Amino acid sequence: MIKMEYYLVVSTILMFVGIYGFVTRRNLLAMLISVELILNSVDINFVVFNRFLFPEQLEGFFFTLFAIGVSAAETAVAIAIIINIYRNIRNIEVKNLREMKW
Amino acid sequence: MEYTILILLLPFVSFLLLGLAGMKLRPVVAGAIGTAVLAVVTVLSYTTAYEYFAAGRDAAGVFPTLIPWNTVWLPIAGDLHIDLGVLLDPISVMMLVVISTVSLMVHIYSLGYMKGERGFQRYYAFLSLFTMSMMGLVVATNIFQMYLFWELVGVSSYLLIGFYYTKPEAIAASKKAFIVTRFADLGFLVGILVYGYYAGTFAFTPAASTLAAAGAMIPLALGLMFIGGAGKSAMFPLHIWLPDAMEGPTPVSALIHAATMVVAGVYLVARMFPLFIGYAPEVLHWTAYIGAFTALYAAVVACVQSDIKRVLAFSTISQIGFMIVALGVCTSNDPHTGGLGYMASMFHLFTHAMFKALLFLGAGAIIHAVHSNEMSTMGGLRKYMPLTHITFLVACLAIAGIWPFSGFFSKDEILTACFAFSPVMGWVMTAIAGLTAFYMFRLYYGIFWGRENRELHAAHTPHEAPFSMTLPLLVLAAVTCVAGFIPFGRFVSADGLAYTIHIDGGVATISLSVAVVAIALATWMYAREKQPVADRLAERFSGLHRAAYHRFYIDEIYQFITHRVIFACISTPIAWFDRHVVDGFLNLLASATNGAACLIREMQSGSVQRYCIWFLGGALGLTILILLIC
Repeated sequence: MIKMEYYLVVSTILMFVGIYGFVTRRNLLAMLISVELILNSVDINFVVFNRFLFPEQLEGFFFTLFAIGVSAAETAVAIAIIINIYRNIRNIEVKNLREMKW
Repeated sequence: MEYTILILLLPFVSFLLLGLAGMKLRPVVAGAIGTAVLAVVTVLSYTTAYEYFAAGRDAAGVFPTLIPWNTVWLPIAGDLHIDLGVLLDPISVMMLVVISTVSLMVHIYSLGYMKGERGFQRYYAFLSLFTMSMMGLVVATNIFQMYLFWELVGVSSYLLIGFYYTKPEAIAASKKAFIVTRFADLGFLVGILVYGYYAGTFAFTPAASTLAAAGAMIPLALGLMFIGGAGKSAMFPLHIWLPDAMEGPTPVSALIHAATMVVAGVYLVARMFPLFIGYAPEVLHWTAYIGAFTALYAAVVACVQSDIKRVLAFSTISQIGFMIVALGVCTSNDPHTGGLGYMASMFHLFTHAMFKALLFLGAGAIIHAVHSNEMSTMGGLRKYMPLTHITFLVACLAIAGIWPFSGFFSKDEILTACFAFSPVMGWVMTAIAGLTAFYMFRLYYGIFWGRENRELHAAHTPHEAPFSMTLPLLVLAAVTCVAGFIPFGRFVSADGLAYTIHIDGGVATISLSVAVVAIALATWMYAREKQPVADRLAERFSGLHRAAYHRFYIDEIYQFITHRVIFACISTPIAWFDRHVVDGFLNLLASATNGAACLIREMQSGSVQRYCIWFLGGALGLTILILLIC
């Protein structure tokens, strides 16, 4: 039986890989992937806690399913935004998006 | 007599019409509208006067006080409310006649005098405004309405003095007039408020029971009100604006600064006369002393001025002093025992308005002919302007107090009242009357006889004024000749009962002989081409002459006080405080905000990743905080 801590370590690594990727990558698509990594790490956490701490209940599983669905929708929106950005400035480098602050 | 409200409304409508649509009208049309409206108003005023006096006295033997039109304008608290309305009693009806007559004459006169001036329509609009305000002032039903119109006449006076608004002196003069009278009006307003607060009413003659509650505050309120009156009526030391106000067009000087507005102070005292006599006789006597001093001061100054309008201005101040003295020397309500001055003052107001307007209009005709105010450009004008000469002479004789011209009768009553008060006052006023005769004839000879400026007159021959200007002169001269025979005491007297004027033989003899001597002296000194006596006197008493010429440096004293004392010692430090401390504090707040914004603006970089770092850092910080607390 794999211990709960192992799962948590994996999800933490996944989380920080995602954060690191989000902060350092300059490409919007790569940043989007990093965000998905963070979401996945959270999903893993939900599943793990449900599986190990409350095995006779199902809230964590359902929550994870919802999160996956929502994140899929969110990704679709993000991709649409990125495509629009590409149409406007012919690339998707995040440093070229300074105009957004005004 | 509800139509009396039209006396106020018609000039106001004319003001609105000429003021708003004036530039669309031809000047002639605008002048005709203004004059026609004034003619209607004059007819209405005369009808009012006729109906009022023809209606007769009531059972008590006095003319009833009518209020044909009244509305509560501003209820304040309890019984205290401000009304707007029309009040008719002998003095207000008398003033209606005076104002409408002089105003109509000035309107007609201005058709000729102001012809071709820029802003002709504006001029007539302002004249209408002034007439409306002055009428409103005299028919006021309560002291507060009087104050409103009082300010309105101040404004229209300001506008008309500054009519030639491209001339720096005119602008300075209008500002001076406005500020000085405004300053005095502050006293008036405070007086009204004190009166309203303690007596609980703004009425002129409230019931004795309401006044009993006010008690000792009544003299204070009346004294403060008199400050306002002194400002408008150019009493010393608030007279300084009137000579400068001569910068305005001459017909304006005739209307506002000789006949009507400047007697508003006298009218105010006459209005409040029952209160003065009943509750504050000592304040009333103080006004007499102020008036006497003013009359003396102005008469002395008038003797040496060279600008003919300035001479007339100081003469006006002096004559208003006479009216104030006449009111001030009253000791009772009964004209037979000490209350004669009231009637005398109103009588003099009436006659003075006519002959002083005549003098100013005559001076206007002269200025029109020689294009200057200075006596040095005149002399010998009788050959060129016979009509003006005769009418001017009539006015001079009237103001000097020669029988049978109107001034003799009213001045005689004033002197009688003064002698009844105290012999000193009587003799002082008689001496001033002599001075009046002297300086008026100095002026007369200086203009029409004396040293003629032949060079100037050869280059530009003076000519008689057009008919529109001589007609008012003739009308006013005719009035001046007969006004003295009006049985004035039958209409106006201190207690309202009929009073028959009888000339006091002794006083009349004294005043007549003093006037004749003064005129003879002036003739001896100034009538001829060479004037050795006058020149030698001016040289001998050069210090006095120069001081009088500079009006005893009163203006300089004001200048010193305002500039060196108030501006330099009070205003400048306060301005410094305002600029550096008050403004500085606010500037500090603004620049601190600005600086803080500069410091933190880098956070708003627009870089998503930097925001993310901050977000994570914040989340981490919060987590640590929660861990530490729990």
